[in-house]
Amino acid sequence: MSKEPVAVVGIGQTKHVSARRDVSIAGMVREAARRALDDAELTWADIDAVVIGKAPDFFEGVMMPELYLADALGAVGKPMLRVHTAGSVGGSTALVATNLIAGRVHGTVLTLAYEKQSESNAMWGLSLPIPFQQPLVAGAGGFFAPHVRAYMRRTGAPDTVGSLVAYKDRRNALKNPYAHLHEHDITLEKVQASPMLWDPIRYSETCPSSDGACAMILTDRAGAARSPRPPAWMHGGAMRSEPTLFAGKDFVSPQAGKDCAADVYRQAGIADPRRDIDAVEMYVPFSWYEPMWLENLGFAEEGEGWKLTESGVTELDGDLPVSMSGGVLSTNPIGASGMIRFAEAALQVRGQAGEHQVDGARRVLGHAYGGGSQFFSMWLVGSAPPAS
Amino acid sequence: MPEVLTAPLVVEFPFTRSLGPVQSAFLTGLRERVVLGVKTADGRTLVPPVEYDPVTAEEIRDLIEVAPIGTVTTWAWNPAPRRGQPLGTPFAWVLVRLDGADTALLHALDAPGPDAVHTGMRVRVRWAQERSGAITDIACFEPYEGDPPELAGHSGRFENMVTGIVAPARLDYVYSPGRAQSGYINALSDRRTVGERCPSCRKVYVPPRGACPTCGVATAEQAEVGPRGTVTTYCIVNIKAAHTASDIEVPYVYAHIALDGADLALHGRIGGIPYDQVRMGLRVEPVWTAGARYPDHYRPTGEPDAPYETYKELL
Amino acid sequence: MTREIAVIAFAQTDHRRTTEDVSEVEMLMPVLHDVLEQTGLKTADIDFTCSGSSDYLAGRAFSFTMALDGVGAWPPISESHVEMDGAWALYEAWTKLLTGDADTALVYGYGKSSPGSVRDVLTRQLDPYYVAPLWPDSVALAALQAQALIDAGETDEPALAAVAARSRASAAANSRAQLRGSVPQGDYVVRPLRTGDCPPVGDGAAAVILAAGERARELCERPAWIRGIDHRIEAHGLGVRDLTDSPSTRLAAERAGAFERPVDTAELHAPFTSQEVVLRKALRLDGSVNVNPSGGALAAHPLMAAGLIRIGEAAARIHRGASDRALAHATSGPCLQQNLVAVLEGDAR
Repeated sequence: MSKEPVAVVGIGQTKHVSARRDVSIAGMVREAARRALDDAELTWADIDAVVIGKAPDFFEGVMMPELYLADALGAVGKPMLRVHTAGSVGGSTALVATNLIAGRVHGTVLTLAYEKQSESNAMWGLSLPIPFQQPLVAGAGGFFAPHVRAYMRRTGAPDTVGSLVAYKDRRNALKNPYAHLHEHDITLEKVQASPMLWDPIRYSETCPSSDGACAMILTDRAGAARSPRPPAWMHGGAMRSEPTLFAGKDFVSPQAGKDCAADVYRQAGIADPRRDIDAVEMYVPFSWYEPMWLENLGFAEEGEGWKLTESGVTELDGDLPVSMSGGVLSTNPIGASGMIRFAEAALQVRGQAGEHQVDGARRVLGHAYGGGSQFFSMWLVGSAPPAS
Repeated sequence: MPEVLTAPLVVEFPFTRSLGPVQSAFLTGLRERVVLGVKTADGRTLVPPVEYDPVTAEEIRDLIEVAPIGTVTTWAWNPAPRRGQPLGTPFAWVLVRLDGADTALLHALDAPGPDAVHTGMRVRVRWAQERSGAITDIACFEPYEGDPPELAGHSGRFENMVTGIVAPARLDYVYSPGRAQSGYINALSDRRTVGERCPSCRKVYVPPRGACPTCGVATAEQAEVGPRGTVTTYCIVNIKAAHTASDIEVPYVYAHIALDGADLALHGRIGGIPYDQVRMGLRVEPVWTAGARYPDHYRPTGEPDAPYETYKELL
Repeated sequence: MTREIAVIAFAQTDHRRTTEDVSEVEMLMPVLHDVLEQTGLKTADIDFTCSGSSDYLAGRAFSFTMALDGVGAWPPISESHVEMDGAWALYEAWTKLLTGDADTALVYGYGKSSPGSVRDVLTRQLDPYYVAPLWPDSVALAALQAQALIDAGETDEPALAAVAARSRASAAANSRAQLRGSVPQGDYVVRPLRTGDCPPVGDGAAAVILAAGERARELCERPAWIRGIDHRIEAHGLGVRDLTDSPSTRLAAERAGAFERPVDTAELHAPFTSQEVVLRKALRLDGSVNVNPSGGALAAHPLMAAGLIRIGEAAARIHRGASDRALAHATSGPCLQQNLVAVLEGDAR
């Protein structure tokens, strides 16, 4: 028996900011959920189940917060699942929700991811002091910067490529009313003049710390037929994990990322991603990860990803737009970041991305990763229903 | 079996919680010795006032004042109060349905003993001396047999509304790193670096984590590595972060170092060389300081750089 | 019609008060090896892996990432994690198998309660504005529920003591259990609950393997078919709920088909004696049903694994022919806020 096709019929997110001081945690997630319901023109009663995701509970200091959030998300009397797969969680959460529909357990599901990082301090939550362990000698960027250097060494990419990504993503964010950073006076020169924090990563090439939530309404074929607006159809979705640290791990282009993309392409009938996919909403917390992921996801040969960036292919009006929303570089409520990528891909194929719409986007990839570049989740959505 | 280590681990943070309008009114009300509930569309009054109707999920904002007096709906006698709980002497936990409310509020009841407590008993709020706009502005409940007071019918609007609370949370743990890491840490006190070899793929893991992550089998055979190693990749840190080793002057180099004989790089700081002369392939050795568990940093050995081919699998 | 999916193997640790001599992965790994060996499968043969755990227990963020070392996730695996009891990881894996994208799944749950003070740690689950600042511990909340039951005439202290005694007596036959045989009822912890009414605090892990259709029959002599599985959540506030009832358990049981035919066995995740009273009523279990032959959560309660263990114990009884139709239940949150019910059956003998 074939799977039930899955459609996205509602998308909602909060305006992402550094601190949402006007709402509770429940109030913030509720705002995204309410917008998704409104987009789908559905009510709480239409929702069969809720699947929620976020990054570590220590970020807000609430253990298993789905228990407290059940009331706000209309989940009372319904099934509620809580997913946590590190930074990829927003994407994984959406994929867990799709299983409920694809497996015909439920007809319509609310999926939501959030982080309210202003409740604590993300770096505190990420690096609780563990006895006996060597004290950290660098911050978050210090974890990623050596891998960026390894990429530069391996490919010979010129050291300006990272700034091109940051300049592009911050300009894309200006077209997205929900993006956190709106740097109206951004210039390439300003990016390149920003302080070098973890050489080779500059301040303007790092992601902000945001409060925000993102929600989607997923439904089956019958639900999609009732949708007031064009649905986005899932053509493929996959998760892959590999260990945190192991002998021979390729931090620059992890095998789990390659395998995850290959699985999605197989499901979606994508033979040549560079040709068959119209745009990519990519999880790029540090600018250099754009060229790295372009290679990992099969859009460029190994060592060639930076050339796509440098030649403008990944610009909003380029041949393969990347991070149309402004990306993680402009908005990063950690637990929600993956779902925002997935939602942006869906917005694009629904033709509802507003000023950051890519003309004629029919097949778009949403991408998320987390942990020590070890957890990957991706989906490919299309404007047309899947063939089979 | 080597000595297994344990140490206290304190996880503590003052979480800053912003409030929605209903919570803001309720907690500000407590500061002003007013208890507010919230009315649902079908006429129930919920105390404490929640933001969303637990039955219909609708947002609710219609505030109504209720009495600081109510009835115990269930109770439990707590003979040994724990840290953070409302009273330091034995007390009863109670759910109290305040007069005018349809739901019950959880708090403490100050009573001489369990025989003085029963379901259905009448109680009233005992206000805290100092109130800031928090649930702890109710110090506790106390037995009360009198008449209910006249309510002014407060609107829920106050001067200087409380818009957030600080919720300090401290949890105390005893951390134990387990068998494999204890062996590694114990060897460090002799300034030796000891990893473990996978019985299946023969790779040497440092620090050992008790399992070969790719084979999923236990590692047990110890293997001493180093002390010398190769810088595989690095970054130059230009900012001080409060949570990192803050006594180090910036800029400094944070490097991945593959110790000789290890199949995985570990992380460390590079010293004894200008930061802008550090390079991939640099050969280094640890520098220890008295009493420290880990090397303070690694410095160049003076050997020729390792060729890229010899360490590219260890980046 | 939906795909037939079965629990085909179950393994668990010895549950102990503390396991400070081993890390989480060192505790978990033997269980993973055990459950794989029962089926002859290797990690590479497993189509999907899903786990349940909580960072708050051990006080470390991302603890599940290190546990993955024990799985051998290389080449990379299709894998997911819930920050919940492993029973919900099993539910996620069941949905994955239903889609047809996977034929086999490895599910595990683990928790170390010994590093922290679990009564205090669980207060962090409560409404962070109105309740968590009062630090009401898990025993206190269960005691409020127990008193409500006593006031309603649904139980009394001797009846609760009988639940405790029966559970630990059953556990005498369960070599994995932490509390076995005759255990004194003890003093009040929070009245009306005594030591004997409360679960032991301890560390442990469990794993099961799921397989679909013919694959299940190939790998297991008598698969425990999941005839239905469902879970439901209730409102969070204790003062909003009727603590003497569990409508979410009843609804989940209905959806799982539990009331269509009688079960012979029920493994209930009732950490407190009083909660067994609530669950028996919600699930309409009469004296003919063998409740918690393993000893249940009163005999061993490794958080984040205890619910999965109920499913595993029920399945294991079907595997060995001691049951034909069993109900398994898992719970999460204060006073049974969230509940999962699975109905398992063996093929007719």
